[in-house]
Amino acid sequence: MSGSVIEIIQGKAKPKGDDRDKSGDKDDKHKEKAQAGATEDKVEPPAGEQTVAEGRASQPEVCDGDVKEEAIDDEPVVIGRAVYEHPFIVRLCHWMNAVALFVMVGSGLQIFRAFPSFGAKIPQKDLLHWPKAFAIGGWLGGALQWHLTFVWIYLGTGLLYLGYQLFSGNYCQVLFMPRDIPGVWPMVRHYFFFGPKPPVREAYNPLQKHAYTTVIGLGVLSVLTGFVVWKPIQFSWLGWMMGGFHYARIWHFAVMWAILFFVLGHLVMVILHGWNNFLSMLTGWKKDPEY
Amino acid sequence: MKNNDLKMNEKQFRRVSRRELLKLTPVLALGAFAVPKWQEGLLKKGLGFSDWASARLFRPGHMATTFSNSDLTPFAKFPINGYDVDDPGVIFENWTLTVSGAVQKPGEYTLAQVQALPRFRQNTRHVCVEGWDVIGRFGGARLSDFLQLVGADPTAKFITVNCADDYYESLDMATALHPQTLLCYEMYEQPLTREHGAPLRLQIPTKVGYKQAKYLTDLKVAHVLDRVGYWEDQGYSWFYGL
Repeated sequence: MSGSVIEIIQGKAKPKGDDRDKSGDKDDKHKEKAQAGATEDKVEPPAGEQTVAEGRASQPEVCDGDVKEEAIDDEPVVIGRAVYEHPFIVRLCHWMNAVALFVMVGSGLQIFRAFPSFGAKIPQKDLLHWPKAFAIGGWLGGALQWHLTFVWIYLGTGLLYLGYQLFSGNYCQVLFMPRDIPGVWPMVRHYFFFGPKPPVREAYNPLQKHAYTTVIGLGVLSVLTGFVVWKPIQFSWLGWMMGGFHYARIWHFAVMWAILFFVLGHLVMVILHGWNNFLSMLTGWKKDPEY
Repeated sequence: MKNNDLKMNEKQFRRVSRRELLKLTPVLALGAFAVPKWQEGLLKKGLGFSDWASARLFRPGHMATTFSNSDLTPFAKFPINGYDVDDPGVIFENWTLTVSGAVQKPGEYTLAQVQALPRFRQNTRHVCVEGWDVIGRFGGARLSDFLQLVGADPTAKFITVNCADDYYESLDMATALHPQTLLCYEMYEQPLTREHGAPLRLQIPTKVGYKQAKYLTDLKVAHVLDRVGYWEDQGYSWFYGL
């Protein structure tokens, strides 16, 4: 990180309009549109804490990234706070995993279509007929190719993520600890019962930590149950803990739905929290965080 | 942690953001799977890697779980998966198993010769690639005993079989020598029925269902695999060990 600090200090010294040649016509058009609305932000050139407060007040405008960027470009003295929230490995794993999870679920559902039941083969009672449109691979063999290819990407990013979090100490950011318990109820009250918003003190609130810690656990379970379905004999001891091959298949399916439930909630929250928050998972940096 | 919490103006913010964003370009490599021209090859590589991992995870001395008679799926509810026909019409009196390849004693072997080898009976789980599973009672001679009888070259890597219904399969030598891998002529202590592959089939508890070829007619011990298997040629995994 020290590298980027130096970079930023040097950046201050550079003349403005430095990036102008790189931005295309598209940006110029935005600029014209933006000029009127965004001037408010740059009228006063406050420094330090005041800017942070300003940024918080004008949160909805920040959502329109393009507009704000162009407007402020002419005024490099405006200082805001930026926090490097998501380290590179975390972001890399997040997006690799997003793709891998999409393929694993899609191909998994196509595999499930081959025998959509958890009962006997004779007589077969189908549990649900999953539409082919929401499946990957086209047929059982094709789906198995996708599933048995992307499992290694899924597993690889999972191990990289866990290893990084553990050895870097960054896990403190995400791991739900006993000290987070008191903060859960106020957060639930805020999210679901229109309660007051508890003060934000760190990147993730207690409920977020709870969700992320749970889904990391579910990710581990998805791999373990999957390995038992794939190799019930070589992993017979694991299978025994899950109640045997037959139950491992049910667990594997249940874990998938639990992960999908998380993904649904995750996407809703990402949409609600807007562009600035979303960008931070791509760039690592969050502009004017609430804490 | 202070290094991660900085004051900066918009331009500086954009600069660091852009640079950090560019670091994520490796993720785009996954897009290769969306290119129709590369997709098949990449998935084949992925499946091949899984097979490689499967072979390494296979433990020759590790037995498949065996079950008590009360756990058995009733014979009537043991599915019959016909590839071509349920009964290719094998004439039992004329049937022999043709043995060839890296063996000292190639030639025709009768069912009586197979049955003269020590008989083993086991209640094991039969897992279909589709996802269903049943527990059956199987009896037969160990394939390893038969390979010894025909004087198979212990350094050979593969066993390939052909079937009366034109099905074909192949096995790695480690699995072929596994004590639970049977040349099966019995189910539920009765002679194998035609639907289940009479007179002789493979029964391999450590492999998925489609590896367990029925109506065997030819068995070859091979150093090099010339034909993989019927379903493998459609795109299924070759090793598929359980």
